[in-house]
Amino acid sequence: MGTSVAPGPAASGKQDGGYPFVPSLSLDTLWFQVAGTICNLKCTHCFISCSPTNHSHGMLTLEDVRGRLSEAARLGVREYYFTGGEPFLNPEMMPIIEETLGQGPVSVLTNGLLLTPEKCRELKRLSDRSDYSLDIRISIDGYAEQVNDPIRGAGTYRRILDGIRNLADAGLNPVVTVTEACGEAASAEGRARFLEWMRQIGLKKPRLKILSLFRIGAEEHRLRAYESWESLRGRRLTEEEAEKLQCSSCRMVTSRGVYVCPILIDEPRARMGDSLAETLRPFELASSSCFTCHEYGVTCRT
Amino acid sequence: MSVGDTVRLAFFGGIYSNAHSLRAAVADVRKWGADGLYALGDFGAFGPHPDRIFPVLLEAGAQPIQGNYEESLSTGATDCHCGYTDPRDNHFAQLSYDYTFEHTSEEWKRWMGTLPRTRRLEVGGRRVLLVHGSPRKINEFLWESTSPVVFLEKLLADARADVLVCTHTGLHWKRELPSGRLVVNAGVLGRPANDGNTNVWYARLTFGRGVEVEFAPVAYDHETLAREMEAERLPPAFIETIRTGWWTTCLEVLPAKERQRGKF
Repeated sequence: MGTSVAPGPAASGKQDGGYPFVPSLSLDTLWFQVAGTICNLKCTHCFISCSPTNHSHGMLTLEDVRGRLSEAARLGVREYYFTGGEPFLNPEMMPIIEETLGQGPVSVLTNGLLLTPEKCRELKRLSDRSDYSLDIRISIDGYAEQVNDPIRGAGTYRRILDGIRNLADAGLNPVVTVTEACGEAASAEGRARFLEWMRQIGLKKPRLKILSLFRIGAEEHRLRAYESWESLRGRRLTEEEAEKLQCSSCRMVTSRGVYVCPILIDEPRARMGDSLAETLRPFELASSSCFTCHEYGVTCRT
Repeated sequence: MSVGDTVRLAFFGGIYSNAHSLRAAVADVRKWGADGLYALGDFGAFGPHPDRIFPVLLEAGAQPIQGNYEESLSTGATDCHCGYTDPRDNHFAQLSYDYTFEHTSEEWKRWMGTLPRTRRLEVGGRRVLLVHGSPRKINEFLWESTSPVVFLEKLLADARADVLVCTHTGLHWKRELPSGRLVVNAGVLGRPANDGNTNVWYARLTFGRGVEVEFAPVAYDHETLAREMEAERLPPAFIETIRTGWWTTCLEVLPAKERQRGKF
């Protein structure tokens, strides 16, 4: 464990002229593409182009999740993340959260549109019943309609705000997630303004996460695609760098198998196998998105 | 000394340059009658006059290991490697580290470099492992609400330990595992446990047929500490924590449940 490097052809080094391999150090974080690529929004920066009609990855059932949880127990997984698409479109989402909270801490990444007062109260009950933390992460792309709505869709700013308030009223303190599609988010001043805005809307202990953009999926057409220099080709990965990359300690479960990380589920080569155990091996960082994680220290974890 | 077949061990988590709580805790350990005393690192940080800690620790016969602070200070690192990811957390962590670095003498920095990163004890047939963060990383945070049973079972199995004692998070907790293994986070002597009380905590383990865990609250002259911090011009936010018992900084790293319990 620790900083030891998994066996492999080029575990922490590089192959001549090729890309570095990230070792599999442990499986701490297990992601679930619980709503597949199905979403009630069609955000212009979505790196996997989720939409109401994108069925490239399907919903996971409670039974699917259950099977993965027993694999995860054997591997000593520390935490569980649920994303989509929109997780709360999954009709079994509440029992899935309940069952997972019996085994470890849970984070749900949502657009907040389906967070009714009743659902939020139920989430609070699930949270209170567990020894482990339940985090709800809500995405918004600006503290004004004019910034958020062009990205996430007309009228979404108001509806996201309702979701945040419903959670706060129920006694849950969400993590607000903003991508750098909201230009200000990247600066210290923009960050401070976001925190102030969160206090104004009633979050007494504001928690904010800023996410870098991945120039794949819909984002490729919104702003720009990756350029050829944005690549890790020929790079060498130190042990410390490997440890910082989330893919050294996470995997992603979708209806189509187990992928290396939450970002690369549209890349066939990132599908590492059917069982969790068989995917705990080095992975070649050959995607431009790998460059983003490496250069900007991005982690999808909260 | 040991009573019957039992062995009593005391564990101090981060001391954070709080000589006042350290002296009070040492006196408490003596009164309890411990067979051994262990200090799990992070002797400096946050508080004033870091050099005042070491003589008290050594005089008390404490067996120290390195925390991330000792590792950083002894290697001349430019930051504490606390493991924060949020800019506000990092800002306050840097103020704390810069002060501690400047006020820790070279002699003690060299001494820190000689300390082990972990210790292994064999107590009543149990393999006890002492670490600062986790067995695999000196600065890994083992929080109660994000360290589930299945994760801890593997962590201890991989580390070949029956009992793990750690600190680093600032909050004390314990978890008995279905296998019979035990994890104890000893909490810290350096600052209160974010519960609105000014006292701090350490852990007492009594090894007999089983292992009994007790968290001991330590009241101390926190007002004198606060005044010393003011005289050293340490951040008012740090001083507020000493006086109120509520954390004001390094909050973003807290998991949802732990954050919920605090005031900020």
